[in-house]
Amino acid sequence: MGKRKMAAFVAVPAAVALLATGCGGGGSTAGADNSDGAVSIYGTEPQHPLTPGNTNEQGGIRVIDELYAGLVGFDPDNAKPYNLMAESITSSDAKVYDIKIKKGWKFHDGTEVKSHNFVDAWNYAALATNAQINADFFSQIQGFDEVHPDSKDAKPTAQTMSGLKVVGDYEFQVTLKAPFSVFPVKVGYEGFDPLPDVFFKDPKKFEQNPIGNGPMKFVSYTPNQDIKLTRFDGYQGQDAVHFKDLDIKTYSDLNTAYSDLQGGQLDFLDLMPPAALVGDKYKADLQGRALNTTLIDIDTIAVPYYVPGYNNPDLRKAISLSIDRDGIIKQVLNNAYTTANSYFASSLDGNVPNSCEFCKYDPEAAKAAFTKSGFTGKLTIASNSDGGHKEALTAVCNSITKVLGVSCDFVPQTSLGQFRSMITSHQATGMVRSDWSADYPSIENFLNPLYKTGASSNDSTYSNPAVDKLLEQADSTADKDGAIKLYQQAEALIAKDLPSIPLWSEKGTGGYSSKLSAAKLSWKRQPDLSSFRLAS
Amino acid sequence: MGRYVLRRLLQLIPVFFGTTFIIYALVWAIPVDPFAGKCGQRPCPPEYVAKMRADFNLDDNLLVQYIKYLGKLFTGNFGQTFSGVDVSTLIANAYPITIRLAIIALIIEAVIGIIAGVLTGLRKNGFLDNLVLISTLFLISLPVFVTGFVLKLLFNVSVPNSAPFFDLIVPGFVLGSLSMAYVARLTRTSIAENRRADFVRTAIAKGLPGKRVVGVHLLRNSVIPVVTFLGTDLGALMGGAIVTEGVFNIHGIGGLVFINIQQQQGVVVTGVVTLLVLVYLVMSLVVDLLYAVLDPRIRYE
Amino acid sequence: MSDPTAASSGPALDQGAETRLDDSRKQDKPRSLGSDAWRELRRKPAFTISLAIILLVVLIALFPGLFSHVDPNAADINHARQGPSGQAWFGYDVQGSDMFSRVIYGARASLLVGVLSTIGTVVIGALVGIIAGYYGRWADSVLSRFADIFAGLPFVLGAIVILMTFNAPGSNPGEVRIITQVVLSIAVLSWPVAMRIMRAATLVAKQQDYVKAARGLGAGPMRIIFRHLMPNTVAPVMVYATIALGANIGAEATLAYLGIGLHAPVVSWGVMISDARDYFTVAPHMVLFPAAFVSVTVLAFVMLGDAVRDALDPKSR
Repeated sequence: MGKRKMAAFVAVPAAVALLATGCGGGGSTAGADNSDGAVSIYGTEPQHPLTPGNTNEQGGIRVIDELYAGLVGFDPDNAKPYNLMAESITSSDAKVYDIKIKKGWKFHDGTEVKSHNFVDAWNYAALATNAQINADFFSQIQGFDEVHPDSKDAKPTAQTMSGLKVVGDYEFQVTLKAPFSVFPVKVGYEGFDPLPDVFFKDPKKFEQNPIGNGPMKFVSYTPNQDIKLTRFDGYQGQDAVHFKDLDIKTYSDLNTAYSDLQGGQLDFLDLMPPAALVGDKYKADLQGRALNTTLIDIDTIAVPYYVPGYNNPDLRKAISLSIDRDGIIKQVLNNAYTTANSYFASSLDGNVPNSCEFCKYDPEAAKAAFTKSGFTGKLTIASNSDGGHKEALTAVCNSITKVLGVSCDFVPQTSLGQFRSMITSHQATGMVRSDWSADYPSIENFLNPLYKTGASSNDSTYSNPAVDKLLEQADSTADKDGAIKLYQQAEALIAKDLPSIPLWSEKGTGGYSSKLSAAKLSWKRQPDLSSFRLAS
Repeated sequence: MGRYVLRRLLQLIPVFFGTTFIIYALVWAIPVDPFAGKCGQRPCPPEYVAKMRADFNLDDNLLVQYIKYLGKLFTGNFGQTFSGVDVSTLIANAYPITIRLAIIALIIEAVIGIIAGVLTGLRKNGFLDNLVLISTLFLISLPVFVTGFVLKLLFNVSVPNSAPFFDLIVPGFVLGSLSMAYVARLTRTSIAENRRADFVRTAIAKGLPGKRVVGVHLLRNSVIPVVTFLGTDLGALMGGAIVTEGVFNIHGIGGLVFINIQQQQGVVVTGVVTLLVLVYLVMSLVVDLLYAVLDPRIRYE
Repeated sequence: MSDPTAASSGPALDQGAETRLDDSRKQDKPRSLGSDAWRELRRKPAFTISLAIILLVVLIALFPGLFSHVDPNAADINHARQGPSGQAWFGYDVQGSDMFSRVIYGARASLLVGVLSTIGTVVIGALVGIIAGYYGRWADSVLSRFADIFAGLPFVLGAIVILMTFNAPGSNPGEVRIITQVVLSIAVLSWPVAMRIMRAATLVAKQQDYVKAARGLGAGPMRIIFRHLMPNTVAPVMVYATIALGANIGAEATLAYLGIGLHAPVVSWGVMISDARDYFTVAPHMVLFPAAFVSVTVLAFVMLGDAVRDALDPKSR
């Protein structure tokens, strides 16, 4: 069964070769055309050292994606996984995976990438004493509990996970605690990238000058200004780049970045300022150099069950039915979003359109449900104010007030930290913004972390034993289609309970300067540098 | 005078301790765990939070934390950010740019402000006076993000990372525009007040040329409040240029302090702001010494 | 002071007696500073105009319902960002709320924050400054260095700490409470400039002959400070204050932007300007109208301050 899945992972070098000859001036192999140009892209300041196990936000991931190459990559157009460093990932039971890696790949320091580089990197990231931010991504591997005990005070009883076994220089075996069919997609997450031997000698020193196996190597990092990378000519992957130097520039004002993009001082921007979105102004401004993609994410508002009066299905129904999603997307979000009518990002395999019955605008039904709920009091929606969420959520409140006649206020929080700690400590006094971006493109990633009882990001403290059971069944179903069916059934139950109210998914809009003739934006809102072509 | 300067320099020591402690305590007092938002919508692994808290001494009480910080500082170590960047690097990158920007802003606001102030002060309530009043008010009531952005587009300004002097003129003008109004108004009031003072009448009666009367006698005696304001303003221009820096993408300390306050990086904020306060102290000493030069009757001993 | 039985200080008695004598001689021409100033002021158009504007703004702040009967928070998303029209004189904001109504209802919070925080700044700054300047030496050193520290504190940091300590996360404090806190934050964090200006003026003024004379006549420090120094040093601080009023309305916007200041349902000009930030290139009316109101209000205060100061200054006649 696991073998059948492999069909999807077969690499498509032919397509890449086509692309490579399609543009540029008759270069022979990847990286040859317009080879010595420089490109600058928008970036934000990394929040953590630049190692795969310790990076989890956009600014850092942007660099990690280029410095390192994992087992699996994702097609920039449709987010389909393909084998990057992996020769094959096979399993007969979705529990024991046999992973073979390609030969001859090198780290930027010249050492060859071998299977122990993966195993060592994973063990390092999982070990509690290393305190890595991505440790939990390894929790399904057998032996994780020994290296990373649940209790904060307990010491690890092992240094390595028993589920990881080096079979040969280019082959290793992963045994999971329980079957998990999405694992071959999950290893595409940056946290699963390999690390060279030199890292383990002195991680602190390594962080100052990271060495990976990716298409670009590290040149310099000036805090709050820029990160410079340059092409790694020994790179073997299909996502090699077709220019030489990359300058990731830090901006604090998006309008400024946009005007620099128009002025040619910046070559790629993965986010449009609101003013540029109004009336699709950016499309006119950029004259065919505007980009649209489909991000894999969903924005919802969670309705915490512990808030007095909120554990009321009719109230949640009334709220959901009273939100004019289409109107808000058109007028406030400037069509940069699409209406969410399910709990999954719409582009994912397995998404069923309109699976959320109450995710539509129906004022009459909303009023009826509200009367039935008997709710009296005020509604609030809280969010951190530093991420540009205020306008859309204020509009949501206005829509609710207009239909239900109940008072609704947007309550700003100073920082994401303040906002998240309010949620994790269950101190919310109203509804809260609860957005989710996929770590890896699978519907599983939209259910397990969010709606399983006690899950890490279950903001509304939702708990339904039937959902938990279906999710466990789906996880351990090795057959991909069978698993998808079970995930869908779980979603159908969630959609009836409405623990959080789906609002919309972000489309993803970007643009590039006239210096480039082609560029793509990925589903993670990252530039797909392999698709960049310099204009001749 | 020498003794006075020495005494003022000695006062730097208690102020240094006071400032570092107050700033450290303020960042410490923000009632949020700085690592709560580090993992987006997920909670961070508790081991990660525990290790970071231990690395940055956040579990000690305030005084112990502060003493540990000072201990490092006296060995020349400004500490590191949460992502492992040396604070000394941040300071070395941002300060030269910020000092250039602030000095340009100060020069622009001083020159334009004083000229406008003198002209309007000499002819109070005339056409020019009202024009200056209304245009300065227009300038200050428009938010900086508007004036900054419009001027950036108008002059097609793009400041490179190194931020050379010449490229900072337009940003400097934007930064100094609010203070320009203060300078113009303060100068105008002083000039208008002193215009009828005895020493001016005497100077005119002596037959001195008008330029000399205004430039030497009138201005010198009117400029004390202006100098005071300019002295205090330098610090504000350095630390408060958040929006201007953002609009022109200048990597100065305004934005640096702002981001690190939001991220609750006490070590960064304390290091950067303490230097800022030292600039303040030096400026206020310079201003006090200038008083004695401008008005010899002022004595400090 | 004009009560002869309570007078322990000779000069005051003499002065009072003299004034009364004077008055009785020329009854048609009152000579007190206050009434003199008033006569002077009434003749000035700048004074009349600025006073009228301020009274109008105060009236708007007190009774916004008189000027607009549209709910400032009512929003029709279909009108979002539409420009001025006969239906909505100032156009609509991002949420499709009527900008005219919001500007009218925003006057109260803006005026309260602007005026109260400016008064706070000036009162603290002027008192500390005059004491530091007059006493000099140790008092000056301590107070000045104290001001240096405060001047160096980033406004954002101080405000975050003050406002977050007073309000629990997720709480939704009422209008009066949050305005008080915002005023307090601004006053506590921005007094050093007023203090420096006052101190400088005091340093100059205390060398003047009339101060020496007063001291020579045995006047106490309090009397010298409040009767002799204050009237002669207050001008530059007043100039600073009138402009700071506008800056403080802006500072309130900064706090709102950070999520610690005023927020819905309270409306203020600062919040409106900060809301317009993302859209000012495509919908400039969103920033221009509230900015114009700030501008006109500040202009009125500047003109009023000027006129009053001129009228009170005997030298300027």
